[in-house]
Amino acid sequence: MTLWFVFALMTVAATFAVLWPLSRRGRADTGGSEVVVYRDQLAEIDRDMASGIIGAAEADAARIEISRRLLAAADQSGRETPVQGSLTLRRGAAVVALVGLPVIASGFYLALGSPRLGDFPLAERSKVADANQPLANLVAQVEAHLEKNPTDGRGWTVLAPVLSRLGRYDDAVRAYRNAITYAGETADRRADLGEALMGTAGGVVTADAKSEFERSVALNGDDAKANYFLGLAAEQDGRKADAAALWQKMLAKGPSDAPWRPLVQAALVRVGGSAPGGASAPALPDGAVAAAKDMSEADRGTMIKGMVDRLATRLKTNGDDVEGWLRLVRAYLVMGERDKAMSARADARQAVANDADRLRQLNEGLKNLGLDG
Amino acid sequence: MIAESGHYALVLALALALIQSIVPIIGARWRDAALMNVARSTALAQLLFVAASFAALVTLHVTSDFSVANVYENSHSLKPLLYKITGVWGNHEGSMLLWVSILALFGGLVAAFGNNLPLSLRAHVLAVQGWVASAFYLFILITSNPFLRIANPPLEGRDLNPVLQDIGLAVHPPMLYLGYVGFSISFSFAVAALLEGRIDAAWARWVRPWTLMAWIFLTLGIAMGSYWAYYELGWGGWWFWDPVENASLMPWLAGTALLHSALVMEKRNALKVWTVLLSILTFSLSLLGTFLVRSGVLTSVHAFATDPTRGVFILLILFVFIGGSLSLYAWRAPALKQGGLFAPISREGALVLNNLLLTTACATVFIGTLYPLALEVLTGEKISVGAPFFNFTFAPLFVPLLLAVPFGPLLAWKRGDLLGAAQRLMVAGIAALVAMAVVFAWTYGGATLAPLAIALAVFVIIGALCDLAERIALFRIPLSLSLRRARGLPRATWGTAFAHAGLGVALIGIVCETTWNTEYIGTMKPDDVARVAGYELRLDGLNPRQGPNFREMVAQFTVTRDGERVSAMTPSKRNFTTRGASTTEAALLTRGASQLYISLGDTAADGAIAVRIYHKPLVLMIWWGPVLMAFGGLLSLSDRRLRVGAPKPAKAAARALQAAE
Repeated sequence: MTLWFVFALMTVAATFAVLWPLSRRGRADTGGSEVVVYRDQLAEIDRDMASGIIGAAEADAARIEISRRLLAAADQSGRETPVQGSLTLRRGAAVVALVGLPVIASGFYLALGSPRLGDFPLAERSKVADANQPLANLVAQVEAHLEKNPTDGRGWTVLAPVLSRLGRYDDAVRAYRNAITYAGETADRRADLGEALMGTAGGVVTADAKSEFERSVALNGDDAKANYFLGLAAEQDGRKADAAALWQKMLAKGPSDAPWRPLVQAALVRVGGSAPGGASAPALPDGAVAAAKDMSEADRGTMIKGMVDRLATRLKTNGDDVEGWLRLVRAYLVMGERDKAMSARADARQAVANDADRLRQLNEGLKNLGLDG
Repeated sequence: MIAESGHYALVLALALALIQSIVPIIGARWRDAALMNVARSTALAQLLFVAASFAALVTLHVTSDFSVANVYENSHSLKPLLYKITGVWGNHEGSMLLWVSILALFGGLVAAFGNNLPLSLRAHVLAVQGWVASAFYLFILITSNPFLRIANPPLEGRDLNPVLQDIGLAVHPPMLYLGYVGFSISFSFAVAALLEGRIDAAWARWVRPWTLMAWIFLTLGIAMGSYWAYYELGWGGWWFWDPVENASLMPWLAGTALLHSALVMEKRNALKVWTVLLSILTFSLSLLGTFLVRSGVLTSVHAFATDPTRGVFILLILFVFIGGSLSLYAWRAPALKQGGLFAPISREGALVLNNLLLTTACATVFIGTLYPLALEVLTGEKISVGAPFFNFTFAPLFVPLLLAVPFGPLLAWKRGDLLGAAQRLMVAGIAALVAMAVVFAWTYGGATLAPLAIALAVFVIIGALCDLAERIALFRIPLSLSLRRARGLPRATWGTAFAHAGLGVALIGIVCETTWNTEYIGTMKPDDVARVAGYELRLDGLNPRQGPNFREMVAQFTVTRDGERVSAMTPSKRNFTTRGASTTEAALLTRGASQLYISLGDTAADGAIAVRIYHKPLVLMIWWGPVLMAFGGLLSLSDRRLRVGAPKPAKAAARALQAAE
């Protein structure tokens, strides 16, 4: 309501600005005229001469020049029609001010403005951190805080898993690294960092990620996440026996009620190993195992294939994405399709051939993948 | 409420501008004083409302109200307060609001101080201001509204482009706009004169100070922009013949010509029709500059084509105002009274020569800037017209201009004595020759053109001083008398001398910087030493540092000369997380008028960092020149005498006189 009151006041002020001159009697105020200007100039010359700026001869010449113009101007102004007033015109103008001005103003404002929105200065908003705020806003707040206090290890520890869950893997990697730097190294954090690194590589255990898992295991040999992913790394490298051995060891050593058991067991079945001490593991009926195996195989197969296909199509239209190409080549390698990997490599080189920077980046990446640049 | 009130104030300003465009014209047509006076009160009220609107936007930026799209897109809560404020005009919408605010300011000034103007002239002038203002209010409200809201405001903004987070950019756009928009006054006066069908003496009296004021701001704005590019963009260049720079140079050239022809008009009542045309052209070029910078046509013709609303709107404004005013000129100019007569060799003649050369120079810049754009639009072919074109066309026009500069003030009005002027410039000529010989001997075997250019610059500077010496009869009468005369000299005369000398000063800087610039480009590791122009620069180390909204890598350099420590220099590279952008902060070490300049490149894997070190001799004179010019302009502006130019009484029979136009 206050808003409309303010608008009304402003409109009245604007209207007044138009009405005020109309209300005044038309004085014989014609403002300056040429004659006045020239008279000023004549007076100026006398002053200049008195203060010695110009000589008498120059002053005379200037006076003659001005007088000539003055005469011409006086001639002109004599012929001008005097200023008059017309009541009809004034009334018309007053109507324009009273009606036209509010109409134009409200017409434009109602079309463009948002009168129902109040102000949202930041200082007031951050005081009430209400639960309804979207997650992104909370993350932004924490990020802003960390921007100012980059050594707050606890903050990074809180932020990192959230970023990971939001799919912002690159930021998550940075956050985990900072957490490790400022809050200390633990097996969990190393394993989480490795997982985030996998996220940036589209689910592939890269050399970087693997080294993080290895460090985690070095800190704590029983870290479930690190062990599981090391097994996955072995599987992706095609060393199924190693993977099976790792996972079997996990199942043998781990507590019987660990939440990760079904996952590891399923993975184990996938690589063709069998759970150790069949009795101690929660026995699954043969059919169920088979179903899980079938399902996960099929699911995984189609899912990965779909993802890879999508990536390949995207890169066909936009070939600048070096990371994308590397991910594609890596995916083909993991899927065991070396031919396709080679042809993707050729495509990639062609796509970035005229950009030296990207080409160098690509070749380095390929070298890391074992496809010599 | 602040956001919406600001929005509504802007809408009211539009409504007032519309009334201001129509009612006074009707009043002038029917000679009704009250209706004509509406122009004044609406202009003042319009200023009030647009100022309120601008203040509202500033407040929104300062309080980081991200429910306003413009604030969200261009601000960040962590930005230092200064850049929160300057960020208001660091973006398209805000800068257009600043543009109209300044336009309203000038309109308000005419309304407030125009008491000595004839009533109908004032009404016409303010109405024309109202047309321009209405067009731009509509443009802002429809295509670039800074007050649009976001219903679910995000919690953090996207930050201002880091390159613009700099004190130079805080001052540069307002200066430039004061210049651009200031020319709207002489434009409005010109169009008003055409509408009225006569040119008042009052017009002549008004147009010179207003043009001068706009010119001072434009000069400073351009100089500041150039200095900003020099230290912020990190490659040590100060003028790139970039279309954005050309867009500001063109009104400056035309404005300089206008300044000089307005002088003739004020003093001698001559060149009136030409001054009207120049006024129209100058403001048209300002509008063109606004179009080039604001429509996005420069970033790419294609970007312009994909989102054409803004560009097409400004193009429309451009067509209406330039086309309209030029047609009006073609129609009404022949009816204007011709001015006084003068001989070709006279102060007026010199000023006409100045006008010819300046407008031709302006035309070459115009072609060099617009031809590539036109070609791309028509044929899709991309060409770039760069420094070589401008150096080959611009320089040959400026050499005769600079040669003529010292002669102008020494010639008398109406009929001058060239030989006498040449004799009085003898000292300047000798000084120039000596300077040339010294420079040539010093840099024997170096550039051949440089000594000539230095000689020209010395000629211009000493020539300006000769004029002063002549007027106070230095060495011909006792010194005390000369000093008394110097005090009595009109400030405009001092202004002329300063402005003309500034031209020479800038030229010396330009020549020295381009000819004797030395540089070192390479990678350095800590404790490496680079040697440039007799200085030794040791890289002590690289340290990371946290700023308010960026992280930076600071390199510490120790500068020594002949084993003595001179100073430390700390160039840095800043990383802005929000925009994911980085900027180079060059380090500058000033020694006299020369500068050492370090800017950082990328860091290599082995910890070495790429550096560019320049030694730029006398580079600061490039900017001292324009500052001197602006100071001269200020002196001249403060000289509120009424002017009338009278010829010295003719001793011999009057020579054949020629018509002014």
